[in-house]
Amino acid sequence: MRSKKTVSEAKSAECWDLRLYIAGQTSKSLLALRNLKEICEERLGNRYRLKVIDLRKRPKLARGDQILAVPTLVRNLPAPLKRIIGTMSDKERVLVGLDILPAGTK
Amino acid sequence: MTPRSQNTSSLPIAKSPTGIAGLDQILEGGFPKGRPTLVCGGAGCGKTVLAMEFLINGATRHGEPGVFVAFEESDKEIVVNAASIDFGLSSLIKHKKILIDHIQIPRGVQEAGDYDLEGLFIRIEQLIDEVGAKRIVFDTIETLFSSFPNAGIIRGELKRLFDWLKEKKMTAVVTAETGDGKLTRYGVDEYVADCVIMLDHRVENQNSIRRLRVVKYRGSSHGTNEYPFLIGDKGILVLPLSSLRLDHKAPTRKVSTGIPRLDSMLSGRGFYRGTSILVSGGAGTGKSSLAAHFVQSACRHGERALYIGSEQSADEIIRNMRSIGVDLERWTKRGLLRIHCARPGTYGLEKHLVSLHDLTVTFDPSIVVVDPITNFASAGNHQEVKSMVTRLIDFFKSRQITAMFTSLTEGDSSPELTVIGISSQMDAWLLLRNLESNGERNRGLYILKARGLAHSNQIREFVLTDFGAQLLDVYVGPSGVLTGSARIAQAAQERAEAAERETQFRRKTEQLREKKRQLEAQIARLRKEFELESQQLSVDLKNMRSREQQLDRDRIDMSRARQADHSIERGRPNGTHALLNA
Repeated sequence: MRSKKTVSEAKSAECWDLRLYIAGQTSKSLLALRNLKEICEERLGNRYRLKVIDLRKRPKLARGDQILAVPTLVRNLPAPLKRIIGTMSDKERVLVGLDILPAGTK
Repeated sequence: MTPRSQNTSSLPIAKSPTGIAGLDQILEGGFPKGRPTLVCGGAGCGKTVLAMEFLINGATRHGEPGVFVAFEESDKEIVVNAASIDFGLSSLIKHKKILIDHIQIPRGVQEAGDYDLEGLFIRIEQLIDEVGAKRIVFDTIETLFSSFPNAGIIRGELKRLFDWLKEKKMTAVVTAETGDGKLTRYGVDEYVADCVIMLDHRVENQNSIRRLRVVKYRGSSHGTNEYPFLIGDKGILVLPLSSLRLDHKAPTRKVSTGIPRLDSMLSGRGFYRGTSILVSGGAGTGKSSLAAHFVQSACRHGERALYIGSEQSADEIIRNMRSIGVDLERWTKRGLLRIHCARPGTYGLEKHLVSLHDLTVTFDPSIVVVDPITNFASAGNHQEVKSMVTRLIDFFKSRQITAMFTSLTEGDSSPELTVIGISSQMDAWLLLRNLESNGERNRGLYILKARGLAHSNQIREFVLTDFGAQLLDVYVGPSGVLTGSARIAQAAQERAEAAERETQFRRKTEQLREKKRQLEAQIARLRKEFELESQQLSVDLKNMRSREQQLDRDRIDMSRARQADHSIERGRPNGTHALLNA
């Protein structure tokens, strides 16, 4: 019998699959990367996989993965898919967007 | 004279032709090349169609492949919708001349910091490179605003996008929805400022009315009016109210009316080609019959004629004209005559214009008859109908088509008052009138005007016989114009009088001859008498002379017998003469 786990526990049990889309090594993209790494280290420990995709190097993915704004963070796993755009400077928004924190709580 | 804006720059800017009928004329060439043009308007006003047509014409006519970036419909939907207009889109896509890309706008995007739309730029660049596009459409770009909440960033990025497109020398068309009394909902017009076109779609009197206006065109003069346009089977058709330049060539060749007497009334061989002719008259005056002769004459010369009817079906027209000896079926069978009939009330004026335009372009006639034009008055108000007729006239003129319009004047109103007041735009005006007298009605024809032709100002009687129409002289007697049976009676009377005079003349001539004969006979007789007398006289004279001679001879003999003296021989004293002689 599977016991009910809390949300955060459930989340910590899975491995998060994150993708950060950038367009070249700009100040925005570097900032986003830094911010994101910080948040992930803090909240997800090492249960995450972060892949950085540079659209300048792989432009076809802009269409394939439907990326308009950069930087864009896409959470593939756990489902459902989530998107956050920006430099990830607004930590609270990132957490809400990744569903690490429920919306409205501090 | 239509108002035009002034071009203040000295260099003409390069233009990218849209290929849309009538629009390039208003834009004096097309959209600005390598720059963005904004097409704004309400929902369903035709922005997407216009943009699509621009792209397709670029690919098919100017060797410029294009990209259609759709933010609202999916690619499949676009192709399906475009298929309702005969664009040939699927084939163009297959041959990589047109690329349609549907950009899915993400919903519920969480913003966490600063960002830009470089991903979009990269994607667009990919699309452009894939087909080598020179033209690009964004439909509807303001959708980006509804998805990304930071309007400031989006505005900045759009500006950056257009600068970037200019650098790449792309001619772009951007569509946007008008909203809240402003040109565009999000103010895109502030930086897509090179050329702005506004479309309007209204429903008035149950008719759909579409209008187009060039709000701004930097660096170029353009027509500044509101121009009606239509969306037909072949795409958009913009109809400038009048040929903006009025630079039709004046043709000099003529086309016969089909009634020889009428041709000669027009001082020669008929109407000038490419002119517009109005035939007005009351009910039953023979307008359609006259038009039918016109059509028949053209077909006989191997030319194509288009007959637009709005009252009867094609079959009815053919049957009716047969009764006056005009066989139209022969020409429809041979493909030289096309009869197209539709009641104007069925569709709006605009739709009629489209169908007339399309028919004319496909069939390519040199003669067009619109019978009657007054029926279209039911499809719109006076101003609209008048403008429609003006557009039609211009359209036909630009194609050098000779157009005849019949017009029904009602009841007792003066024939000079046409319902629509378009007579001033027509080059020629024939008036058919009912002439009533002696309990019968006959038809009369006047030429009220014929520009450029010295025409007769006499009324003629217009008679429809089993063998066609004829124009006859009328008699103007003390009681007025005589037509019909009165004319026939008058003609008979004059013939009788003429015969009478002829007889008189002959009689007199005969009398004279008789007198002459008598005189000559008399002379002959006198001469004869004279001859006889003179003969007699000469005989008498001869007798007398011979008697004299005889007398002389007798005398001499007598004297000889009497041995008379020489002295008798005329007193010769010489006697020897006589002795010698004895």
